[in-house]
Amino acid sequence: MSVPASRGAPLRLLTPLLTGFAALALWELAVRWLAIPPYILPGPVQVLQTLWSDQAILAPALGVTLWTTLEALALAVVGGVLLALLFSRSRLLSAALYPFAVVLQVTPVIAIAPLLLVWLEPGSAVLVCAFLVAFFPVLSNTAAGLQAIDPGLDELFRLYGASRWQRLVRLEAPTAAPHFLAGLRIAGGLALIGAIVAEIAAGAAGQGSGLAWRIVEAGYRLNIPRMFAALLLISVSGVLIHAGLSLLSRLLPGRGAPP
Amino acid sequence: MKQNAEGRAALVRMRDVALAWGNGVTALDGLTLDVRAGEFLAILGPSGCGKSTALRLMAGLLAPTRGQVRRDGGLTAAGRVGFVFQDPTLTPWSRALANVRLPLDLAGVARAEANERAAAMLALVGLAGFERAWPHELSGGMRMRVSIARALATHPDLLLMDEPFAALDEFTRARLNDDLLALRDQLGFTVAFVTHSSWESVYLADRIVIMSARPGRVLDEIGVTAPPGRGAAFRASPAYASQCAAVLALAAAASGAVA
Ligand SMILES: Nc1ncnc2c1ncn2[C@@H]1O[C@H](COP(=O)(O)OP(=O)(O)OP(=O)(O)O)[C@@H](O)[C@H]1O
Ligand SMILES: [Mg+2]
Repeated sequence: MSVPASRGAPLRLLTPLLTGFAALALWELAVRWLAIPPYILPGPVQVLQTLWSDQAILAPALGVTLWTTLEALALAVVGGVLLALLFSRSRLLSAALYPFAVVLQVTPVIAIAPLLLVWLEPGSAVLVCAFLVAFFPVLSNTAAGLQAIDPGLDELFRLYGASRWQRLVRLEAPTAAPHFLAGLRIAGGLALIGAIVAEIAAGAAGQGSGLAWRIVEAGYRLNIPRMFAALLLISVSGVLIHAGLSLLSRLLPGRGAPP
Repeated sequence: MKQNAEGRAALVRMRDVALAWGNGVTALDGLTLDVRAGEFLAILGPSGCGKSTALRLMAGLLAPTRGQVRRDGGLTAAGRVGFVFQDPTLTPWSRALANVRLPLDLAGVARAEANERAAAMLALVGLAGFERAWPHELSGGMRMRVSIARALATHPDLLLMDEPFAALDEFTRARLNDDLLALRDQLGFTVAFVTHSSWESVYLADRIVIMSARPGRVLDEIGVTAPPGRGAAFRASPAYASQCAAVLALAAAASGAVA
């Protein structure tokens, strides 16, 4: 896609980098000058040191949380897209099932987690929680995308006697794609949040697993630098997931009408 | 094929056609109209009188509530009728060539042959070299040319056009008028052309029908006398001006009949 040349690009990248660096420097200086003890607030340098020294504990935890997030996201994509397709084929089904999806969506996952932990073993409960929050944006955005079909193109496909398959592949899928990807972007962030929330709810039951459990555990031991290190990993994961999914939208051909 | 008074076969015969929408609006009532093989028919009428509805009936996209729409047997196969909408209605996710190729793809024409035919049609509408352009990179007039090329890609017998040039500036519109006449000379299709402009109708058509306000039916019919090829000389001629005035008067009377 060609756009008018802009001079703002370096500035847009440089400004947040500079402010971010300045904030970190200020943080480090404040911790040193005010002699704040590490069990209250560690400086960024110490957080990085902890990240390195505790990697044997943090790396596997990161792996567990990320894997849960991705699994949940994959399930949400498959379930959300299939259900959206079903909804677009049958008004009755849509009217009958959509309320359930909404109820699941508006009920805070933290309130469902204890129940799931009773029913399921901790690993599965965490996965289901992450899936539940990631599922709805995929479903609702894809369903909206499938309804956003240009009426003129719809008539054109009928005029040329397009088969159901041709309609799905050449009209419905490309129309819904940008909406779906917007939903996926939201779902990616939510899946991570869902996994973290469920891990925290699992508490001691989830012993030795994800990053959130490491935060809870470090809290019990007042190991604040490790808490910060785990937090940092969660934030970076969230940013990377968002960036990766945003990149997907850029791969869409032409100008798939952005929702 | 039935012969009409002029001795030319009718591609579409509409007899006493009524069409009522589900919401109770009666768009057409008592519409009797032929589209004769080889002619350029212009349909003029006040806004909302059912012109677009009439075209959709001709295309077989709608069935009449009452009366008869008889389409020539040759028109029933996919691709025998082309439709150009008021908006270009291109797929934003495919390039110009793929847009033109769409009817051929839907008909299962092999890719290499479809590409060749689509490229030839793009060249015919004056867009050689724009095969790889995305729709959003083209001007309004160019997009309409792509839309026309798409409608002609299957070499249809009947081309239905619904105010195709209404959104274009006067000069682009005049150019496209000339190019449309040249294309018709070259390819020999029949045209039914809806317009709001009496000037456009006289410049393009062999025959003009004027419809009443809703519910639409044919109020008047006028034949156009013009030198073959038409062109700038015809546009500047007193014969053109006087025929425009006559059509304008009839159209004004038709709109005023109810308003
Ligand atoms: N899908 C629809 N459902 C219900 N009513 C419709 C529908 N399409 C058109 N109508 C109504 O039918 C009537 C005729 O519509 P149509 O679009 O054929 O008019 P038109 O002559 O093409 O108007 P214009 O010149 O403004 O394009 C209008 O009153 C319109 O409101
Ligand atoms: Mg119309």
